[in-house]
Order: sequence, then structure tokens, then C-alpha cells
Amino acid sequence: MYTGNDNGYPERWDVLVIGAGNAGLCAAITAAEAGCSVLVLEAAPRDMRGGNTRHTRNLRAMHEEPTDVLTDAYSFEEYFEDLMRVTRGITNKELAGLTLEKSAELTSWLGERGVRFQPALSGTLNLGRTNAFFLGGGRALLNSLCRHAEGLGVVLHYDTEVADILIEDGFCEGVRLAGGETVPAKKVITTAGGFEANLDWLAEGWGEAAKNFLVRGTPWNTGTVLKSLLDQGVKPVGALDQCHAVAIDARAPKYDGGIASRIDGVPFGIVLNRDAERFYDEGEDFWPKRYAIWGRLVAGQPDQIGYAILDSVGVSRFMPSVFTPIRDDNIEGLADQLGLDPAAARTAVDQFNAACPEGPIDQSVLDGKSTSGLSPEKTNWAAPIAVPPYYGFPLRPGITFTYMGVEVNESAQILMADGKPSANLYAAGEIMAGNVLGQGYLAGIGMTIGAVFGRIAGADAARSLNR
Amino acid sequence: MDDVSLLKLASTPAHEETARIMQICNACRYCEGFCAVFPAMERRRLFDVGDTAQLANLCHHCGACYHACQYAPPHEFAVNVPLTLAERRAETWAEFAWPGPLSGLFARNGLALVMIITVALALAVGLMLAMISPQLFWGVHIGEGAFYVLMPHTVMAGIPMAITAFTIVAFIVGWRRYWRGTGARWGGWPAFADAMSATATMRNLGGDNSGDGAGCPGPDDRNSLARRHYHHATFYGFMLCFASTSTGTLYHYLLGREAPYGYLELPVVLGTVGGIMLCVGTAGLWREKRRMEPAVRPLAKLGMDYAFIWILFWVSATGLVLLALRETSFMGLTLAIHLGLVYGFFLVLPYSKFVHGLYRFAALLADAGEARRSAM
Repeated sequence: MYTGNDNGYPERWDVLVIGAGNAGLCAAITAAEAGCSVLVLEAAPRDMRGGNTRHTRNLRAMHEEPTDVLTDAYSFEEYFEDLMRVTRGITNKELAGLTLEKSAELTSWLGERGVRFQPALSGTLNLGRTNAFFLGGGRALLNSLCRHAEGLGVVLHYDTEVADILIEDGFCEGVRLAGGETVPAKKVITTAGGFEANLDWLAEGWGEAAKNFLVRGTPWNTGTVLKSLLDQGVKPVGALDQCHAVAIDARAPKYDGGIASRIDGVPFGIVLNRDAERFYDEGEDFWPKRYAIWGRLVAGQPDQIGYAILDSVGVSRFMPSVFTPIRDDNIEGLADQLGLDPAAARTAVDQFNAACPEGPIDQSVLDGKSTSGLSPEKTNWAAPIAVPPYYGFPLRPGITFTYMGVEVNESAQILMADGKPSANLYAAGEIMAGNVLGQGYLAGIGMTIGAVFGRIAGADAARSLNR
Repeated sequence: MDDVSLLKLASTPAHEETARIMQICNACRYCEGFCAVFPAMERRRLFDVGDTAQLANLCHHCGACYHACQYAPPHEFAVNVPLTLAERRAETWAEFAWPGPLSGLFARNGLALVMIITVALALAVGLMLAMISPQLFWGVHIGEGAFYVLMPHTVMAGIPMAITAFTIVAFIVGWRRYWRGTGARWGGWPAFADAMSATATMRNLGGDNSGDGAGCPGPDDRNSLARRHYHHATFYGFMLCFASTSTGTLYHYLLGREAPYGYLELPVVLGTVGGIMLCVGTAGLWREKRRMEPAVRPLAKLGMDYAFIWILFWVSATGLVLLALRETSFMGLTLAIHLGLVYGFFLVLPYSKFVHGLYRFAALLADAGEARRSAM
């Protein structure tokens, strides 16, 4: 908890950072290295610090030639094309270009501050070319950055939630804590994340369906800071219902399930809804390219639930899941265990099996093994569900993060309603990622946006203080 | 001896917990760069009792994965890999131990060890006093055969030799039980070379698998190679002492020269350097163990760890003291204490933390074979 100015803290901090995630720590470190006094306020306890960074694993970085942690090359042009493809052009091209350009420095900058990366695994994983993997994942990165920040004299306070940003005529005086105390600061950088853990707010975009969503991300991203900013006339960016949502195991925790809760089996079976009907092409494309649409697909079904059904051949084709699949020797028994109508499930499986083509499937390519005569068809990897025992996974939409946030300029300054930048209020990370990501997602770019804009915000805050 | 070819390990709460946690880890895999445990986990989908025994014995208990874990407590998944594997590891040692009834020593080992040593110590001193006169005991003896004035060489060396013969049988049975219990397979000489290199370098304790070898993070999140360095000092110090004893034996039987040997002669030089390394190494390991993150400390097993470090230190330290005092009237007393500790050490060897070396090597050997087969 923040204990006020009675223990040697400055009367007015040079830089106050909200949130101790990747973006916040990059901002804090940059400002502290320039000589600023820096306070970081983190809503979560120490063990759960760092928002969604805790659940991340890599960042996406441009590079012209192989590095110690990235293979081959990933040019600006290719990166930009990838971004345009997933966002369908809904992006601020200047900020997107800036993000990509600055991404080239990240692995060495973070490495010099104690972050360790896994060595590049040449040729094995496609992602090893575009993404640098943190050794031990995002929490290990947080540990390194927090220790480095503390070494620079940055003061970190946990269990300290910011309730309000105090803004007068576009100028930020400081913040008010949930406990009522105010903390004055010359520059405020908010990296407080999105609002995925605020189901009421999600319901404004999604309706009652939001109550059935699981939140894969941190429970501390309740959007309090974002709301305070938007209520005071800061310019919003992104749509209320845009988010990163995947289909996850319905048995996952309500909050904080992270990576382990995902289900990779969809392409190797069928997915039924509550009424035991298929509703989308399970074999449309490779799973890494499709998993992020399945959260929305399940969200669109009655009661926001789906059931992946596989046989014993299908279940061996993907990474093991965190929850043991529900299992039975016949489809009716499986349906019964899952809470589906056994006869309807039997019919759905029989119809699917009858529509499957002859011959084995090849999961390493888009094999074109499509059903014929179904609605919807399954256009790849359609193999009958015929070898018992049978397995089922209940699926729910799992929200990782939201896209609606505050608009910023190339100095990470928050724009007010009139489009003018605030003199001393900055944003970085998920709270402004919507500037770059209007929709869609590119693996690892969230961390890239956070680190790039965190550094920009920290540097600009220090520069404007003449540090 | 029971039929080990059908050895089916018992399912226990620690096994169940290991299997539960590994299922979570296997769906996450963020830690795969840390050490051999995680790639070995990824080669499995199900975690039977033999699998959890193998993974537990591969773990060097550095704690890096705990500090990096997004599912560690207070997360509701409550994943604590180092602690769980340490508990599983300790119970596999008890299960592999031979003869079975003595495996109970593992459970209350710290205390058992100290008690056995005390008895051994008293016996050694008592024997000496009974066999010789007090004048000889407190006398100054210099020159070849000086030690054996107090105790005949056949007795002095015969006791540990008899115990060692027993220990070798216990280790062979333990190894076979490990191998059959975990379903391990011989992976060929290249795999043997891999396992030897992993043992000699301790690369799994300190992040060499990550490519940078920057060490394992401690409670303060600072990377440190201290444990690896202290372990090296202990391991290689032990090997030097072993070499010292071996060369001494050769001197005795081949060259017909009796101890004590001169300060610059091979057995003494090897023993002195080895003894100092052991003292430094064990003292350092003691300190590192005390600094370990409380959340990953296996309390039930800790007594065993401390007891082993403690006795290794005092065996070495009394050896060095004996070297310093061997030409004084305190030779008899220091020799008695040193021998008592040495005998106690040998006696508890198959039921002490010493076996971690045996089973760790078995696990590394099995793992190296497994890794090579899966890469093919």
C-alpha cells in the first residue's frame, strides 16, 4: 500500500506509473534511467503483479538478419502486411509503423535489463522467426524488470488501486487511490490495462451473454482507470465489443486461466452447441490462425457454450489439455455426461460421419478432406468420429483482453476530446493497444506495443522534465 | 531379493499431485527452456507412477520454474513444481532402498543419521581405548605406521570395506529398482556421454539449457550460479578424497608403504585439496539451502539434506584437523573422532541424501536415451 510522503518520498513524483506490467515497467525504467523519481502503483499483490504480462510468453520483433533469439529475418514490410491482414486495415498506420520500427530494439534493450530469452530454435517452430520467447514466460520477464527497476530506485507499491485520474483542463495533477488518498505527480503514465475482468462493462457491448464469459486474463484489469479517463472526455479508440477471445475449457477458472485453459482439438473433431448441432466449419484453417475466432463463435451460440467431440484418434492429434476430457465408450453416454441430448448428439455424429470422405487425413497441410452435403461443411481434416472411447470438451468464450482504450499520439500522449494531446498524461500497453489493433490479433504484438509505447512514454516524460 | 522386473511403484498423494501439476504444465510449457524436466514432460501425455518418479529425479530443485510460474499459489491451480517433485523424489528413494525395512531411515533420516554416527563414534573411541593403553592413545607417534599403533590397519580399513561391499549391493538393487520402476531404457553410449556431461557440468542447475547459463533465480529474483559452484566444489572435492584413499591403498599394498604420508605426497595432497573443497562446498550448500525460497522447501526432506551436508563437512573438517595434529598427542583423539564420522558416513550412505547422485544419474541416463530416441 502507498504510505504517503512521510518516509522520504518526494512531495511530487516526477513520474507516476499506473500498473507494473510490461508497459509500465518499460516506462518506469526508461524514466528512472533518465534521472526521474518514479513511483509505480500496482493494483495486484506482489505475487500476482503485472497484469496480463504474467500470462504472456513472447513478443513479435522485426529484424533484418538472424539474432541470438530470432531466426532468419522478419522485415518491416512483411510485419506490416501481417498487421494489415489481421486488422483489415483498422489501425493507425503511423503508430503501427512506429511500433514495428521500434520493435527491432526490444530484445537487446530488455536483455540488457535482465530479461532472458530462449535461444532461437532454428527451423522448428515457425514462430521462432517472428517472435522472441521469454525464458520462463512473462512472469520471469516481470521478475527481471521489477528487480532492475528497483535497482534504479523506482518505488513499487502493490495492492494499490488507482480509482481516479485527476485532470484539470487537460492537465493531470496526479491520481486518487481507491483508499481516497491523492498522490500528486508531474507526469502520469497509465498502463492500467483493459477492462476484460469487468463483466458488467463487457455486457454493455455483448449483452447478457457476457455473464457466461470466462476471463483468461488477470482479474485486476477492471477498467477503472480507463473509465475515469473516458468519463473526463479523453478520446476513445476501438470498439466496445472488440476483444481477443478464444474458445477455452468451460471448466477453467472464472478469472486468470491463462494459456493452459485453451483447447486445441477443434480441427480434429466436431463442435456442437447446446442443441447438439454443428454451427461452424471446424476445419476452416490451421488452428493457430483460427483459434481466436472461436471465442466469438461460441459466444454467439445459445447459453454461450459449445462441446468439442472427438474420438480416440482425434484426441491424440493435439497438445494435451489442462483438464482431462470427459470420456465414454459410446456417443450417447458421452452426450449424457456433457448434458447434451443423447439422441440428437448421435444424429449429429452419424450425419457428420456419413458425410466424411474416404482415406486418412493429413494434419500437416490443409488437406482438403471435406465433408459433402453438410451445413456447415467441415472443409479440412474431416475424419469420421468412429473409434471409441469418445472424448468431449465443454467450451466457453475466454476473453484475454479488450481493445477499446484511449487514443494516443506518437509520443504516447493521451489525446483529449478536442484531439489535442494532454501535456503530462501518457498511456502505454493494453489501454492504448486499440490504436494499433483495431481488430484481429497477431501473436506477440501486444507485448511489442506495450514495450515500445512504454519506452516512448517514459522517455517523453523525462525529456519534458528536462531530464 | 524380490522380482524387480515387475516392479510397480505405489501410487501416493505426492504422485497424484505430481501428475495433476504435470498435466497443467504440459498445457502451458512456458518453462521448457529451464531444464531437462520440462522437455521430458512434453514427451509424455499421461503421468504414471514411473513417469512421476523419473521427472522427480530429473529435477535439481533450483526453483526457477516456481518463480516464473503464472499458476503458482495464490493462483487456484496452486502449481509448485519444485516442492512437489522434491516430495515425490524423497518417497521414490525410500521405495527403491534395499533392504526395504531400512528405507524407513529416509523418513526420519536427519535424526537417524546423527544417532548412528554418535553410536559409531562412541564405538570407535571405545574400541581404541580398549585395544590400546591410554599412554599410547595420548602419546605422540611419528613416522610410518603411526596411525596403526592405535588401531591395526586391517581393522581400520576392514570396517569401511565391509560396509562398502554391503553398500554396493544396496546401490545395485536400488539402481535396478529405479530402472524397472520407471520403465527406463538403455539409450546407447552417446546417451551415456550426454548423461556424464550433464552430471559433470550440472547444466540443469543454472540455466545452461537456456543457452546463457546465467544461473537460477532465488527468492530475490537474482540469478545465481552459487549452488552449482558449491556443488562442484563438493562433488569434485569428494572425488579427490576418493582418489586420495585409492592412491593411499595402492601405496599400502603395492609400494608397501604405510600411512601417514608426507605433506607433499599424492594421497595427502589429493586429500587436502579435496577436503578443503568439501568444506567450502558443503558450507556453501548449507548457506544456499537456508536462503532457498520458503515456498519450495520440502520440509519433510530437509532434515535429510542438512544431515548429509553436515556429516560431509565434519568428515572433511576432522580429516584436515587430523592432518594438522597428527604429530601431536591429540592424534589419537582426532583419529578416533574422524574414523567414527567416516564409519558413520559409510554406514548411512545407501539411506542418506548420497543416493540422490545415484538416482539423478539414472534419471539423466534414462532421459538422454529418451531424448535421443524422440529426436530420431
